Amino acid sequence: MTVWRSRIDETGAEFAENRAGMLEKIAELRALEARAEAESEKRRPRFEARGQLTPRERLGRLLDAGLPFLRLHSLAGYGIDGPPEKTVPGASILVGIGFVSGARCLIWVDDSGIKAGAFGPKTLPVVLRIQEIAKRQKLPLIHLVESAGANLMEYQVEGWSEGGALFRNLAQLSAQGVPVISVLHGPSTAGGAYMPGLSDVVVGVRGNGMAALAGAALVAAATGEQSDDRALGGAEMHAEISGLVEHLADDDAHAIEIARDCVARLGWNRGAPAAPIPQFDEPLHPPETLAGVVPMDPATPYEAREVVARLVDGSDFEDFQPRFGVSTVCIRASIHGQPVGMLANNGPIDPAGAQKAAHFLQICDQTDLPVVFLHNTTGYIVGAESERAGMIKHGAKMIQAVSNLRVPKIALHVGASYGAGNYGMCGWAYEPDFLFAWPNARTGVMGGAQAAGTMSMVARAGAKRAGREVDEAALAAQEAAIKNHFEAQADAFATSGRVLDHGVIDPRDSRRVLAFCLETVAEARSRTIRPNSFGVARM
Amino acid sequence: MRPFGSLLVANRGEIACRILGAARAEGLRTVAVFSDADADAPHVALADEAVRIGPAAPAESYLDPERILAAAEATGAEAIHPGYGFLSENAAFARAVADRGLVFVGPSPEAIALMGDKAAARALAEQAGVPVLPGVNDPQADDAALIAAAPDLGLPLMVKAAAGGGGRGMRRVDDLAALPEALALARGEARAAFGDDALILERALDEARHVEVQVLADAHGTVLTLGERDCSVQRRRQKVLEEAPAPGLSAATREALAEAARRLAVAGGYVNAGTAEFLVSPAGEIFFLEMNARLQVEHPVTEAVTGLDLVALQLRIAQGRPVGVRQEDVRLTGHAIEARLCAEDPAAGFLPSAGPIRRWRMPEGDGLRIDAGYGEGGEVPAVYDSLLAKVIAHGATREEALARLSAALRRAAVVGPRTNAAFLTEALAHPEFALGGVSTLWLERTFDAPVEAAPTETEAAVAAALWLAGAQAEALAAAVRVSPGLLGWASDGGHAARVSLRAGEQVWEASARAEGADLWRVTMEGETEVRIEALEDGAARLRVDGTRREVVFFRRKDGLDLAFGPRQLGFSRVVPGAAAAEETAGGRLTAPMHGRLTALDVAEGDAVAKGAPVAVLEAMKMQHRLTAPVAGRVARVAAAPGAQVAVGDLLLEIEEEERA
Repeated sequence: MTVWRSRIDETGAEFAENRAGMLEKIAELRALEARAEAESEKRRPRFEARGQLTPRERLGRLLDAGLPFLRLHSLAGYGIDGPPEKTVPGASILVGIGFVSGARCLIWVDDSGIKAGAFGPKTLPVVLRIQEIAKRQKLPLIHLVESAGANLMEYQVEGWSEGGALFRNLAQLSAQGVPVISVLHGPSTAGGAYMPGLSDVVVGVRGNGMAALAGAALVAAATGEQSDDRALGGAEMHAEISGLVEHLADDDAHAIEIARDCVARLGWNRGAPAAPIPQFDEPLHPPETLAGVVPMDPATPYEAREVVARLVDGSDFEDFQPRFGVSTVCIRASIHGQPVGMLANNGPIDPAGAQKAAHFLQICDQTDLPVVFLHNTTGYIVGAESERAGMIKHGAKMIQAVSNLRVPKIALHVGASYGAGNYGMCGWAYEPDFLFAWPNARTGVMGGAQAAGTMSMVARAGAKRAGREVDEAALAAQEAAIKNHFEAQADAFATSGRVLDHGVIDPRDSRRVLAFCLETVAEARSRTIRPNSFGVARM
Repeated sequence: MRPFGSLLVANRGEIACRILGAARAEGLRTVAVFSDADADAPHVALADEAVRIGPAAPAESYLDPERILAAAEATGAEAIHPGYGFLSENAAFARAVADRGLVFVGPSPEAIALMGDKAAARALAEQAGVPVLPGVNDPQADDAALIAAAPDLGLPLMVKAAAGGGGRGMRRVDDLAALPEALALARGEARAAFGDDALILERALDEARHVEVQVLADAHGTVLTLGERDCSVQRRRQKVLEEAPAPGLSAATREALAEAARRLAVAGGYVNAGTAEFLVSPAGEIFFLEMNARLQVEHPVTEAVTGLDLVALQLRIAQGRPVGVRQEDVRLTGHAIEARLCAEDPAAGFLPSAGPIRRWRMPEGDGLRIDAGYGEGGEVPAVYDSLLAKVIAHGATREEALARLSAALRRAAVVGPRTNAAFLTEALAHPEFALGGVSTLWLERTFDAPVEAAPTETEAAVAAALWLAGAQAEALAAAVRVSPGLLGWASDGGHAARVSLRAGEQVWEASARAEGADLWRVTMEGETEVRIEALEDGAARLRVDGTRREVVFFRRKDGLDLAFGPRQLGFSRVVPGAAAAEETAGGRLTAPMHGRLTALDVAEGDAVAKGAPVAVLEAMKMQHRLTAPVAGRVARVAAAPGAQVAVGDLLLEIEEEERA
């Protein structure tokens, strides 16, 4: 028992200031999510006129009541379609991991209240990411389909070209032994038609569900044939004639009931032994206080162990080599009874810290401990001393360890995450099983000020070589522009908007998010599936 | 009468349990008998041995003397206690028991025969100087004689089967013109029920109270009267509430009742327990009704106020021993009231309600006694009487007994068969009952046709929360691992679950969000917060919008039954798609495959039987005969012979016959 006694005064002004700042950012996050919901809700009359449920109602009916749900990518597309005050994030889909008839599933709901569910610029990247999660975590994929497809007015050739991976992933899921269930609530046309085509189970809603390689308009344009959408690809036709639809449902609620029954009948959890849940203590310092622990200014350092103490069972953890490489924190603890290794930063990573981290990661790999990375680093330390001390080779060792870890990796951006330090801490490119950001997080190759300063130095040096006078006004303008260019991209909402994480979370939810992710990866690792060569072909 | 060491109880339900318990306490070896319907009944488990005596039908089991006697022989039982009902007042059975050399715990066959014959009993009362109602007491009297005598007796009149009991063969006549028909009907009933159509005619007494006196006599000349019981709260002549002593009687009336009962017992040479029943007029006059030669259902109220164990004393008397209690030792302490908890549905005209008992929670408390014949997991057979349990409360005063009984019934919860518990609590809460001394007409007059209040939104919200909590538990059981700390949590605030519950005609559409492991916010018209504070074995302690409530419930595959104390509610889940499936089934005949309709054997207006061949569909060179999905009349022919039809195309619509 080494229980951390917090040194933070939770009644003090600093705590209150941190907390106020964080709560404001959380409110912004919730407001953005609510904006997408409100936008979708505007179409309620149209759904009701068609006898349909709204996409969120479909999701609520699909999920097991009272079991947890981890939303993914709720800010995808943030800032792409307009400025922060106008942007409607979410990429017109609702995705997350939740439970259906007791089976942990990856759920993908077309938010057809927004642009009729048409793909936006960030929809495909999200879909490809969640398909990767389904593959890696062996999660049955359930797609509630109602999509106008790709927006022809926004056509980009790469969307079509790269979009093929969506279907390749479906085929590979099937071959891997992970079932895909599609519910056709509305149209699924053109490329989208391969969604049901490549699903193991298809439920179609009578009157609304529809799948066709080309809708009536395209058919007329391409061949001159006059047709209508129901005859071309109505759910009834597919259930009775083409054989694309297994179950014909009377309405949305019925379709979801059928989908839930289908999952129940998979007996999916025969493939994974029920895992006992040991007794565990809640942290001594409640996770709710995380909002006040972290300064909003990423330049203000803070003690990573104060965060750890609010995440782990009983605030009880083992500090690995606390006196060596002190700005790199390595910890063994447990979260909801699940043992984990944790890597955190108390500043830049120095040569000793990098060595310690590499060592610790190898131990985690050896002992099969999942690793949680808590990013708060400005990067690997620079300067003559550290170069002489072998920063490059020690940093490389850490990146090597992270890249080749065989245990699950879960990362949280809890502050700054800059430069190669981000790589060493298992940034997005290092394929963490899950990566979430706090709303205060900032990520990038370097801070905006450093980038601007660097460019000014270069400009001044260039001017000097050419013997020119430095145009201070132009330089100041350039500095401001660069700073702004960097900072706008470093913002957690912006990176999440670009699909460089799995979502932004409320820091006070971090312990639950980590527990959920740890359960998800543990379940995947304990699950036996039955791969086959070519997947299940629809006959 | 002679000592015995073993006893067979020829009965079932609560009275069998009651007697078996007393016999065990007396050190006797006990034998139970059971029909197929009672193989797992509590009385079977209570006895040292239990013998199957036949199928469920009473005539082939509990009412069959030979089977009872065979069971006694097989187990070597030396005595038989008949309980009440069944063979308890069957003189031939009592005689047969004696003929086999066994002891019958009850009066002699002669006394049973005498008391069972209303005319003879009435004659005995007259001889003993006990007042009787004006009437014709001649079993030989035919309809003409009775009709001739009627005007002198005055109205209203009561026609009774001479051999009867239990209200059968009894008819009230308010108008002389209706007498002939009443006599004919009563004779028919009496013949069917007792094999004897002899009738007696008596003046009926309106606004009278039913008061009875418990008698206990031994073979050594002791005749005890153990105070009276007021059993005026009746429905269709079935007692519902009974109490001891009878409230508000004068000492003189009380004394007159006891004296009359004693004289009857002495005059009839009565031994063992019996009850003399009287009517008491508002003026305090008493009239003999009948003598019941057995232990009464309501004996516990007498036990409560006298402190005596009547069954133990019955066993002692049957063994030939003196009763061991003197009349001057009999002291009445306080007041006791009994309520009969029955499996019946007051809102459906008190129709009996059988079936499995999913939950059974009976209260415990000071001065409280529950005599039950059922328990959780048991099943109420449809073939026997509907008595589930007797709830008896004893207090220092009538007010205390009443308060205790009301409180007990408010906590008694049964899920499964409908019960009269809520009706009982209403009757007990009525100010006229609180005053005491109501007549036998009071209950039916006051609670003419009880209706059941539909569920409130709060109750429906509780049902929805419990349904979803059950669904959550099922999902959790199916899941690999979900930390309890993650229940009711979603990183985006969550998405409302939905459930539609039907209660009668009303459908409640609930949308609910879980917050944490035990809080459900249920939205219907308004929002209800249901916190499940404790949940175990189908009982939940809740905070509903902050108010504490206890509920007992059973979650079926397709719904939820619950009981807030005596208030029973049943909800069934409306499964999406099920209604439409029902609708589209029915009388629509559609083509099962693509093909050509080669023959159509019916025309519009034709009547068809279910399964009758109606058309032939040729597909892939095969002739498929299509049959009517339901019985009814062809309302529409939608396809002509020779037509090419596609799968799912409508061929015929049949208007379904009204189902009875």
